[in-house]
Amino acid sequence: MTALQDVAPREPAGVRREALYFAVRNGKLMAGFGIVLALLLLGLLGPVLLPGAPNEYGPKPMAPPSGEHWFGTTTFGQDVFLQFVYGLRATFAVGVVGGGIAAVIGMLVGFVAGYRGGIVDEILNMLTNVILVIPTLAVLLIINAYLGIRSVAVQGLFIGLTQWPWAARAIRAQTFSLRTREFVDLARMSGAGTGRIIAREIAPNMSSYLFMTFILLFGGSVLIASSLDFIGLGPTEGVSLGLMLQNSNQWSALQLGLWWWFVPPGAAITAIVGALYVANVGLDEVFNPKLRET
Amino acid sequence: MSLQVSELQVYYRTLKGDVRALDGMSFELGDGEILGLVGESGCGKSTLGKSLIRMDSRMRRVGGTVVLDGHELPIDDDRAMNEFRFAEVSLIPQYAMSALNPTRKIRKMVTELLNSRGATLDLDELELRMSQVGLPREVLDRYPIELSGGMKQRMVMVISTLLNPSLLIADEVTSALDVSTQKSVARALLGFRDSLYVKSMIFVTHDLALTHHIADTIMVMYAGKLAEKAPADVIVKAPRHPYTKLLLDALPEVGVRYTDRRLEGIAGSPPSLLNPPTGCRFRDRCPIAGEECAEDPPVTELAPDHHVACWKA
Amino acid sequence: MLRLHDVTKEFRIGAFGGGRVAAVKGVSFEVVPGEVVSLIGESGSGKSTIGRMILGLNAVTSGSITFDGLPVRAGKEYYRRVQGIFQDPFSSFNPVFKADRVFAMIKDAYYPAVPAPEWDERVSTSLSDVRLNPGQVLGKYPHQLSGGQLQRLLIARALLLDIKLLVADEITSMLDASTRIDVLNLLAELKVRGLSVLYITHDLSLGNYLAERTVVLRSGTVVEMGPTERVFGDPLHPYTRELLSAVPRLHAAWDDAVPVDTCVYHGKGGTNGLAEAAPGHFVACAQLETCQGVSS
Repeated sequence: MTALQDVAPREPAGVRREALYFAVRNGKLMAGFGIVLALLLLGLLGPVLLPGAPNEYGPKPMAPPSGEHWFGTTTFGQDVFLQFVYGLRATFAVGVVGGGIAAVIGMLVGFVAGYRGGIVDEILNMLTNVILVIPTLAVLLIINAYLGIRSVAVQGLFIGLTQWPWAARAIRAQTFSLRTREFVDLARMSGAGTGRIIAREIAPNMSSYLFMTFILLFGGSVLIASSLDFIGLGPTEGVSLGLMLQNSNQWSALQLGLWWWFVPPGAAITAIVGALYVANVGLDEVFNPKLRET
Repeated sequence: MSLQVSELQVYYRTLKGDVRALDGMSFELGDGEILGLVGESGCGKSTLGKSLIRMDSRMRRVGGTVVLDGHELPIDDDRAMNEFRFAEVSLIPQYAMSALNPTRKIRKMVTELLNSRGATLDLDELELRMSQVGLPREVLDRYPIELSGGMKQRMVMVISTLLNPSLLIADEVTSALDVSTQKSVARALLGFRDSLYVKSMIFVTHDLALTHHIADTIMVMYAGKLAEKAPADVIVKAPRHPYTKLLLDALPEVGVRYTDRRLEGIAGSPPSLLNPPTGCRFRDRCPIAGEECAEDPPVTELAPDHHVACWKA
Repeated sequence: MLRLHDVTKEFRIGAFGGGRVAAVKGVSFEVVPGEVVSLIGESGSGKSTIGRMILGLNAVTSGSITFDGLPVRAGKEYYRRVQGIFQDPFSSFNPVFKADRVFAMIKDAYYPAVPAPEWDERVSTSLSDVRLNPGQVLGKYPHQLSGGQLQRLLIARALLLDIKLLVADEITSMLDASTRIDVLNLLAELKVRGLSVLYITHDLSLGNYLAERTVVLRSGTVVEMGPTERVFGDPLHPYTRELLSAVPRLHAAWDDAVPVDTCVYHGKGGTNGLAEAAPGHFVACAQLETCQGVSS
């Protein structure tokens, strides 16, 4: 017991201050967020600072990385680095929009269904299951045929609207087990209402789980976007990391030895999702006081 | 002597260091004897029960031996122990409910279990033993979920003693049960001993009053060590160790009322076994502790069969 | 003060709440100010459900629970006067927050205007009332404290409010023998402050130690209730006798209860089939299921 005392900060700190205290001392969290932040900055600043359009054909096709073309060029002489920074931006956008919308709907449905239970749960659960069994790709095909998806934001929106059910189910199950815990009753007996209990008692207990859900939804959105791009349902204008991979595959980059064409987008997708995962493990340690001591 | 444990030391490996859950336990268990093992949570009683049959991966034997019927048990060799488990040493776990596979009917489960041990099912014997604990034969064709807690507990008792093990370890078998079921389970345990299905038994519990009803001998543990071991009646009527005395005084009985006689608990809490203090481990909570208690009290036999580890006893 | 009248609770089970199962059937009893009442029953007796209904955590299906003449309405005002503590101290605290957050929640909800120094003073008074050393328990996480310390923290939390009734549901069943008696003593001392305690337990010896009145439940109905010394000293219902005989005692062997085949209370039942055998000592007919039509 005395040993534990020394670990905790002595000064009376609020929960947020204390979380921050452990957050900045957590290597995994910092490394994970560092990588994501670096790539995000590249995606945000790159297109602003670099001249030229990403899909512009250049004079030097199939050039390996050099001082002039950092990541080399494609079969058509397009600059891969330029495509990469634009692609990062589009990929982050579709991930954040798609993952964000899905996470918000999933949390809303999951928390309400899990906490209220009974008939509310039955109805929400039915809705969730219905959406879950709808073949996403077919729906997107039809929607595209009628409306036409032209921008990354709209693509993200549709992905978000079809991706949330499994997140809702997972959150519902967690909420279900947490709401029977006695601290929820105790919060009710301290005069807290439903919203407050969900936000202040239940959600903090699964904060890393929620973040994990977002990461998976983010990664899922990126992957779905890539596959939509592949079958021609992606944004017709612009670049994304998925489109880059797709193009490199289409023009046999692997067979031609143009590794610089597909390695950067592939590595970036892996790095983003991987770094978020590592950050999540770190986040777990920050939010769960039991893990701090080990 | 059916079981001889000498100087057994079992530590738990943790990131912070070794937790000395058992620190030099020595005791003997005679043929036909039921030993009640009593102590508070974290005193090492469950560790002792576990280390006699199945150590988990975090447990490590540091020293000492366990001899059962003249053979030394290879307690830290998981594979070698397989030969002894179920046939020589058997365990009834605390949550028998979760020990039974929910997707199998009981009959199938018993048959499979026996086959895995190279034994065949003697149906008459099984039904005889079931009726002895008040279970109808129809139970065999039911799923575990269809049985009540007490019935499951008794079913597991029958199953785990089918091969007439020499030693049976009952780990908190009654603590999740209602009082009336508890009584029938406890009586069934006694019946098994009397019918010689098991030669000897260790009954691990935190309930001193209940132990008194089934055990021949009671062993009180404190912080990984033996505090006192004596025949059940002696422990209850004439305890010598201050811990046993205080524990008995803290026990409300039917008939004792707050307004008539205010009972007191034992102040303080048991020491951490991560870095246990030197000397008597009960020293900090002991009202009669003196200077000599700075040294570890040896277990001495104060009267025949009455072992106490206390300088002041 | 607290009055339960013919309280019944049915739980919906299955899809869309098609099935119903009754957990509590027609229970009536009363708790007067400054009284410790123990509610004794085995698992499935409905004792915890009754506690949760009194705390407004579960709704009553039929019948009524009134507190000072008003029906239970879960809400801030009600919880100012009625509080509860549950069985598992570790699940009563949110594991991601420090244990003393339970005090902060009370301050936020009920005493936002009290200045911090005065509040800290109140907390430490309350802690010393439950014999806790503030330095040892404040600023710690639940897993760094023992079960006994956590349950005392919850008693201290309830004492910060102006409570009249404390519902204590099996609060000692997860504690060690050497510490649980101290928590029981604390409950008994609350009486001196004029508080009532409803002590819910399966352990007859603990109920007997603490309570002035005892209510024995069996599968959702009251089988016997009255002054503790009468219920334990002269149990009338065969179920109470059976329970008492099954309790392991240190200085006596188990005796087998004599089954009663003719029930002397048959047909004498008053309200809810309970007959008043002696002043304040009520007992249900042993053949309640079959005799209800006959009664009065």
